[in-house]
Amino acid sequence: MHIKSKVYKNTLYVLLCGELDEHSSVHARSVMDDLFGGNNFSQIIIDLSELEFMDSTGIGVLIGRYKKMKSKNIPIFICNPSSHAEKIFKMTGLYEIMPKIV
Amino acid sequence: MKKCFSNKMEMTFSAQSVNEGFARVCVASFCLQMNPSLDEISDIKTAVSEAVTNAVVHAYPNKKGVIKLACEISGNDVTIEISDTGIGIEDIEKAREPFFTTKPSEERSGMGFAVMEGFMDEVIVKKGEGGKGTTVVLKKHIEESCQQLVGE
Repeated sequence: MHIKSKVYKNTLYVLLCGELDEHSSVHARSVMDDLFGGNNFSQIIIDLSELEFMDSTGIGVLIGRYKKMKSKNIPIFICNPSSHAEKIFKMTGLYEIMPKIV
Repeated sequence: MKKCFSNKMEMTFSAQSVNEGFARVCVASFCLQMNPSLDEISDIKTAVSEAVTNAVVHAYPNKKGVIKLACEISGNDVTIEISDTGIGIEDIEKAREPFFTTKPSEERSGMGFAVMEGFMDEVIVKKGEGGKGTTVVLKKHIEESCQQLVGE
């Protein structure tokens, strides 16, 4: 798992690259928590175009980040999910807390 | 009548998170001989990842253990069995409920079995051999005729 990021016009863009499973979740959590701890943005967009694999552990990671950001009133959005990620998001209802944007 | 294609494989590996990716890729490449679609391969990879992750996370608290994986192709059907000899699941019914997790503090989604059920045709969860540990059986029908493979 590889994570790239940039802040542009009050938005933190996070690009998740590679595979998000239980093995990579520890690293993904700590990197995202570092990035999300910044204070130069008012919303977060997670780009999944480079994500090659994700299972329900990934959902746990995303829900965990959502809870942390909710207390700071910072919304998180998802963009470019693969059809595979989309299936898991719909199944677990993740889009209800992290809407998909085009 | 044409004979149905069949094939088997078995593997044993340590219950370590680094093997989650290894296990799902092995099963996926074994299943390629059934000519599955990309969606079907993704479904199988995800379900295997869920079952192996469960065994890695829950089966052997504070000790080392192994996970056995067996895969059998019969015609257009694949059956994948993932077993551990760990502590077992106290209440299997409960464990299968969506959002149920015994480790909420670790940000677990509790959606492992729900995802397996959503991606496979059949999911059986039972006590392992001799009542020890857990065995998860995953079954999926692949939409591709077996005649093609046998005829080659």
